[in-house]
Amino acid sequence: MDLSYTQEELAFRDEVRTFLEEKLPKDMSDKIRRGEHIGKEGHELWHSILNEKGWLSYGWPKEFGGAEWNAVQRHIFEDECAAAYAPRIVPFGLSMLAPVLQKFGSKAQQDHYLPRILDGTNWWCQGYSEPGAGSDLASLKTRAVRDGDHYVVNGQKTWTTLGQYADWIFCLVRTDPDAKQQEGISFLLIDMNTPGIDVRPIILLDGTPEVNEVFFDNVRVPVENLVGEENKGWTYAKYLLTHERTGIAGVGFSRAGLDAVKRVARQESANGRPLIENPHFAARLAQVEIDLMAMSTTNLRIISQATAGQAPGVESSMLKVKGTIIRQEINDLARRAVGPYAMPFASEAVEGDNDPIGPDYAGPVAAQYFNNRKLSIFGGSNEIQRGIIAKVKMGG
Amino acid sequence: MDFNLTEERQMLQDTLRRFLSERYTTTERNAIIDSDTGLSTEIWGELAELGVIGALFTEDQGGFGGAGFDISTVFEELGRAGVVEPFLDTAILGGGLIAALGNDAQQGFVEDVIGGSLHLALAHGEPASRYDLSRVETTAKADGDDIVIEGRKAVVINAEAAGYLIVSAREGGGPFSLDGISLFLVPAEASGLTMQGYPMMSGGRAAEVTLDNVRVSASARLGAEGAGFQALTDVVARANVALAAEAMGAMESATELTREYLMTRKQFGRPIGTFQALAHRFSDLLIELEQARSAVTNAAGHLDSDDRDRQIAAARNLIARTGRLVAEEAIQMHGGIAMTQEYELAHIAKRIVMTDHRFGDADYHLERFIGLSAA
Repeated sequence: MDLSYTQEELAFRDEVRTFLEEKLPKDMSDKIRRGEHIGKEGHELWHSILNEKGWLSYGWPKEFGGAEWNAVQRHIFEDECAAAYAPRIVPFGLSMLAPVLQKFGSKAQQDHYLPRILDGTNWWCQGYSEPGAGSDLASLKTRAVRDGDHYVVNGQKTWTTLGQYADWIFCLVRTDPDAKQQEGISFLLIDMNTPGIDVRPIILLDGTPEVNEVFFDNVRVPVENLVGEENKGWTYAKYLLTHERTGIAGVGFSRAGLDAVKRVARQESANGRPLIENPHFAARLAQVEIDLMAMSTTNLRIISQATAGQAPGVESSMLKVKGTIIRQEINDLARRAVGPYAMPFASEAVEGDNDPIGPDYAGPVAAQYFNNRKLSIFGGSNEIQRGIIAKVKMGG
Repeated sequence: MDFNLTEERQMLQDTLRRFLSERYTTTERNAIIDSDTGLSTEIWGELAELGVIGALFTEDQGGFGGAGFDISTVFEELGRAGVVEPFLDTAILGGGLIAALGNDAQQGFVEDVIGGSLHLALAHGEPASRYDLSRVETTAKADGDDIVIEGRKAVVINAEAAGYLIVSAREGGGPFSLDGISLFLVPAEASGLTMQGYPMMSGGRAAEVTLDNVRVSASARLGAEGAGFQALTDVVARANVALAAEAMGAMESATELTREYLMTRKQFGRPIGTFQALAHRFSDLLIELEQARSAVTNAAGHLDSDDRDRQIAAARNLIARTGRLVAEEAIQMHGGIAMTQEYELAHIAKRIVMTDHRFGDADYHLERFIGLSAA
């Protein structure tokens, strides 16, 4: 057993660090550190910087122009990016759709869509959840009916993250209403500019317009936009959901978040002493850090197995549950740390030209605390993950 | 022993609950939150007319209540409906200080508060004071018959709507001394007083207040020179009963919304509440809610006792812990819908959690409880 990185891995880490120091725009990392949004242009700029280096496609196989990093390299990269307050890479095209196209798409689809994901021509969003199909995704009702060389799509998707920026949406649609739930679903690529599509923002509880409802009213989609075979969409969707996700534990985000809380707790004072010396606060902070240290090693153990060729199974679910609990706990500590200055509502204070309200680190913490309640809900809620763990491990 | 509300308080509760459920809908409330003033003068006036503000003052003060259980009855209902109007700031804190300390001339303001025509704000907290009530660095210096006030006040809730700000300032002692803190009734339009207003996370508005060479007459002082701390402690004790009751009322709403959702929302062909994993977690919320209710009863019932501060620290600590659990679990069991601004629970959850940031979070009250228990 050896808990340290190899020489090659260390050299790789240094390369990533140097790259981030040189290429990550300072104003961008400042915004991320303060918990602000960077908008569509910001995300596109960061993607183009990574793409220029050949690192945007770091999870893709070489045959599709990817860097094909192994799990350890991916982990190092994601960890370093989080620590440097780089924006998160928008995953919908790059790490959700692309692996499906690479495995199940036609040559024509691969040739057409993959380069456009990399160069930013297309911004993708995900059309999975529906108002009546959340945790029970397979009960989705959006219909696609074949009409000549088109499908006619009717229905509604929801929780479509950053759908307001998207040119394209990959959708799960029901093509056979008579088949068993999972068997009548197909995977369609739909141009968001097609007539009949209506995107309406959903304002989240922290005031951010991050997710959307997408309505489909007789939307005509060419049959060549079907991925793989008709009625096999569930297989592809499951592949996407179980596709190896090293970042699922969010270790880098947690570590960066914990560092930020410590910085704040050194500056805030309680009863005339730095907050970080307050025994109650210090104990909370220490407990999260202890949990994070252990989870970080769990994460590396699983990554190491993955590098050795063993596909992670329920371990992904375990990391998702523990990882989100830890991140949410850190958000809670950040909120507590700033005291009364958590109360101002940040959007005006941060985005306007006004003077910041209170210390600049206080602005977004309450909003982040509320916004990150989503972590344990989306991407398969923690209840669904626990169900998976129990089903696999209890042999029932 | 009798844990029932008196007939008068029961009537007050029924009236208030009926009024708020009819008038203070999610849509109405969200429009108030989005408005420039962050409060509805119409709702304020109607609630004053119903006697809601009068219930927070004793008969001597011109009201018809003022005891711990009057405060808890009113604020439980305000919390249940997620009311954002500043009853705590204008009535409990502002009105409470004037009623406790004001001379005959100043007492007239209490009548205006009870009638609903005057708003007040307590400008006490400062950028570095966190929850420490004695930390005051704003200064007040005599200049002839006048007093000149200099300093900065942080997160002054309801400052923009207030006719007067009750400003704490030092006339003696160091930054943490209990002695030397005076209170002044400062007109909102006083020269040298500037505000940077903003909305708050869970509704309502506050402001950063700068006092730059603000000149008031010595008659603006509330109570004796340098002796404001005890009165501050007393109104903050009442405010803590109000906040605990308000959070508890909001917790009742959160659990009720969750119960409805669990029994209506179907996934995998059945109401999700029939999954035992969720049913058990929901049961835990109900258990904690009863704990919260009893903690509020303890605090309200001891408001005039020697054990007041320890009981209040206990209640606020327990409410902070159970409130967070209820808010987070209610959101989690709902799923995405509870993350949307237009859904009632989103606002209710914010009210519960943000209670932490007024007059002390779970750790602050735990420390106080430990200190007071050891004494």
